[in-house]
Amino acid sequence: MPSPGPTQMTDGALRPRLAPHVRLTFDPARAQHVLLTPEAVTVLNSTGAAILGLCDGERTVTEIVAELRARYDRVENDEVQLFLDRLAARRYVVVRHG
Amino acid sequence: MDRPFGLLAELTYGCPLHCSYCSNPLDLAAYRDELTTSEWRRVLSEARDLGVLQLHLSGGEPLLRRDLAEIVHSAGELGLYTNLITSALGLTARRAEQLRAAGLDHVQISVQADEPILSDRLAGTPSFQHKVTAARLVKELGWPLTLNVVLHRHNIDRVDRVLDLAEELGADRIELANTQYYGWALRNRDGLLPSRAQLERAEVVVRAARERMRGRMEVIYVLPDYYSRYPKPCMGGWGRRQLTVVPDGGVLPCPTAHTLPLPRASVREHSLAWIWERSELFQRFRGTNWMPGPCRTCDRRDVDFGGCRCQAFQLTGDAARTDPVCHLSPDHGIVAQAVQAANEGPWPRDTVMTPRLRRAARRSR
Repeated sequence: MPSPGPTQMTDGALRPRLAPHVRLTFDPARAQHVLLTPEAVTVLNSTGAAILGLCDGERTVTEIVAELRARYDRVENDEVQLFLDRLAARRYVVVRHG
Repeated sequence: MDRPFGLLAELTYGCPLHCSYCSNPLDLAAYRDELTTSEWRRVLSEARDLGVLQLHLSGGEPLLRRDLAEIVHSAGELGLYTNLITSALGLTARRAEQLRAAGLDHVQISVQADEPILSDRLAGTPSFQHKVTAARLVKELGWPLTLNVVLHRHNIDRVDRVLDLAEELGADRIELANTQYYGWALRNRDGLLPSRAQLERAEVVVRAARERMRGRMEVIYVLPDYYSRYPKPCMGGWGRRQLTVVPDGGVLPCPTAHTLPLPRASVREHSLAWIWERSELFQRFRGTNWMPGPCRTCDRRDVDFGGCRCQAFQLTGDAARTDPVCHLSPDHGIVAQAVQAANEGPWPRDTVMTPRLRRAARRSR
């Protein structure tokens, strides 16, 4: 039986959000945002934290990129997608279609 | 200095299971004077200040602590991600709902095999059926579920059926970890170490399962380090990313470091920050300056940190030597010999194994 692989974010209409067991939080001890998951802590840079902060299951990938462009000088579409793909492959990010 | 990410809280060494590969200390009775609820609260708060983000609640069987939900609740208030590592014995519907309400984030349940007869024999007590029921309960309550399976000679050939069970239970992750040889497991090593042929078969099964379940279930497979060329980067480096607090408040860089001839450190005497930053115990093998040859000049010294100090000590009598698992270690022959014995047939079919003891009742609090 073929099984669905991890979702690719190349479809700008996808609406990503954090998986239910994943928590995005600010760590005052390190003064950095972190992603907490069952067996790992991922320390995020400010761009990563900004992307994930917009992944609310409502905004599409295209809308997220647009919002980031309003905040930062240079935002590459591919970089955002790649970042989200990596997290989706680890099931930290899930998507709603449509 | 690095800040720790994870705290392994070994709440009690009491356990209803008697696994012959248990990594708990051999002298279980020495840990009866357990930390109280308020002492644990203080430890968690200090851990959070130190930078800890993940709390792994383990034992023994952490459900034997009646204040578990209170501890989970306090951890949640501090912003810690909480992870329960349990045999599932004692995880009733009522208890599970309490823990859910307290904010527990993730549950890991151990299973010893894919079916009741072998699983119960390995666990030393009837438990398989309850584990399956509890695993379903965990999923019903909406928790992410990890199944933990310790692999060894007696169950590694069933790894395909273990994976089927995980799939049937809807596990989100499965950790297939070959036994690490400390504590009871080292004592029983000759009866547990699998052969190379067994490992090769298991690897084929695991690789296929990973492909088949991609995007649905994460399959983690930990090789036995006895068969590796290089040692494991134990705990990600001594006093670098993790720390362990044992039932009586002792603090360790790794859960088996109590076996080493080093000064003790306890939260009953010092703050966690002092222990992490200043204690002799945590400084002894931090970094790379303590290393002897061949580690000292090895390109991998910042990759595997010289391997495991406890393994070096248990096998050579000197905790500062290179982990004998490394093929470059002058003591590698010790490991090679054990591996050779595991691959020379016929196997002693009924190797007598020592089950871990039931620990005497906890001191009442």
